[in-house]
Amino acid sequence: MIRVVIPHHLRTLARVDREVELAVEPPVTLGAVLDALEARYPVLRGTIREHGTLQRRAFIRFFTCGQDWSQEPYDTSLPEAVVAGAEPLRVVGAMAGG
Amino acid sequence: MSGIRVLVGTRKGAFILTSTGKRKRWKVSGPHFAGWEIYHIKGSPVDPNRIYASQSSGWFGQLIQRSCDGGETWEAVGKEFNYDGNPGTHQWYDGTQHPWEFKRVWYLDPSLTDPETVYAGVEDAALFRTTDGAQTWQELPGLRAVKGPLWAPGAGGMCLHTILQSPSDPNRLYTAISAAGAFRTDDGGQTWRPINKGLVSKYELPDPEAEVGHCVHNLAMHPLRPDVVFMQKHWDVNRSDDAGETWHEVSGNLPTDFGFPIAVHAHEPETIYVIPIKSDSEHYPPEGKLRVYRSRTGGNEWEALTKGLPQSDCYVNILRSALAVDTLDSCGLYFGTTGGQVYASADAGDNWTPIVRDLPAVLSVEAQTLP
Repeated sequence: MIRVVIPHHLRTLARVDREVELAVEPPVTLGAVLDALEARYPVLRGTIREHGTLQRRAFIRFFTCGQDWSQEPYDTSLPEAVVAGAEPLRVVGAMAGG
Repeated sequence: MSGIRVLVGTRKGAFILTSTGKRKRWKVSGPHFAGWEIYHIKGSPVDPNRIYASQSSGWFGQLIQRSCDGGETWEAVGKEFNYDGNPGTHQWYDGTQHPWEFKRVWYLDPSLTDPETVYAGVEDAALFRTTDGAQTWQELPGLRAVKGPLWAPGAGGMCLHTILQSPSDPNRLYTAISAAGAFRTDDGGQTWRPINKGLVSKYELPDPEAEVGHCVHNLAMHPLRPDVVFMQKHWDVNRSDDAGETWHEVSGNLPTDFGFPIAVHAHEPETIYVIPIKSDSEHYPPEGKLRVYRSRTGGNEWEALTKGLPQSDCYVNILRSALAVDTLDSCGLYFGTTGGQVYASADAGDNWTPIVRDLPAVLSVEAQTLP
């Protein structure tokens, strides 16, 4: 199972605990995990990626295994540690505003 | 016994204030949607327990929430606001053209006759409508066709912030946009006309009497006289007696005619209220005195209402959607401040008391009179 950590406000919105687990068919790419997250919790559509264009919202970042994956194309395969469930993909609301 | 429900949108959530018709003791519920901006929250006139809220965040975008039980529970509903076709460009702050981009919903106006139908005013300015209880939204693009490329954002963005439905004609709607002006449709939103004749914006526009471009802050009307419309413009308080065809200024003896909200007494169509703010560069009350001004003559002659309101060291602002009236026999008024106070008057503004003092900055206030 793929583990995904989402920010506080989105956990409240989706009514989930801190971490969610998703079944994702290989290849486990960044886009496939986000697709699975939005399919399981439709209320999250548009909150992480823009409606229609699916562009990452400006103040959202994707971190995993100590690396920033925010600029990676959606078809990039995630690290083996994420595929194996050892590490979560973290969806982060960027700190902004002082 | 009748009751009052006051719906308050703030920078950090929604609050619901309830009281009996006496309006003495209040129960405060909230924050709902804690941490999110609630630009507007409003109930259906035909089903008061059906409430719609605009929930947004710079991080996570726009959501719409719906309650069918008076705000006890909520359901996230449709939040896709797609402009009809390519929306093109509008004027930017520097005079160049800028792409039309959806940012948020400023105003939700449930239909006067159908709880499933709601109008939404959005930034960048456009009008949307749902007929399925906010599951899906469709733009009424005829509005943007009215010289849209000449519209420009005000300081708060290019927002459609005011929607008035005519109770006597279901096909007639008024809208107001900063900074584009006032507009009216007489065919249910298919086609629109600018209704800005008589407005003068000598500090804001190269052509002070331009057809579009005026920074209208708010509109109000009495349901029994839907052709009489009152306007708080950036500067100037105006009225129209012919459904917006022509306007004339009624600022009269106001200490300043800058301000944001305007409201009409529930039972006296010529009694109107504004809350003067010192200027567009100093968004607080003149002299640090928070005063609501009432005219019983439809404008020009104004009296200050001060009892119960701070008369020194008060430097809050009152935003355009943050003044509301109830419809009890003794008309109640409510307004919220950027300092987090919500003040109430149970006697048409003669006396005021704070319901709450320490909410987040208040963005909007709506009052529901419950059976």
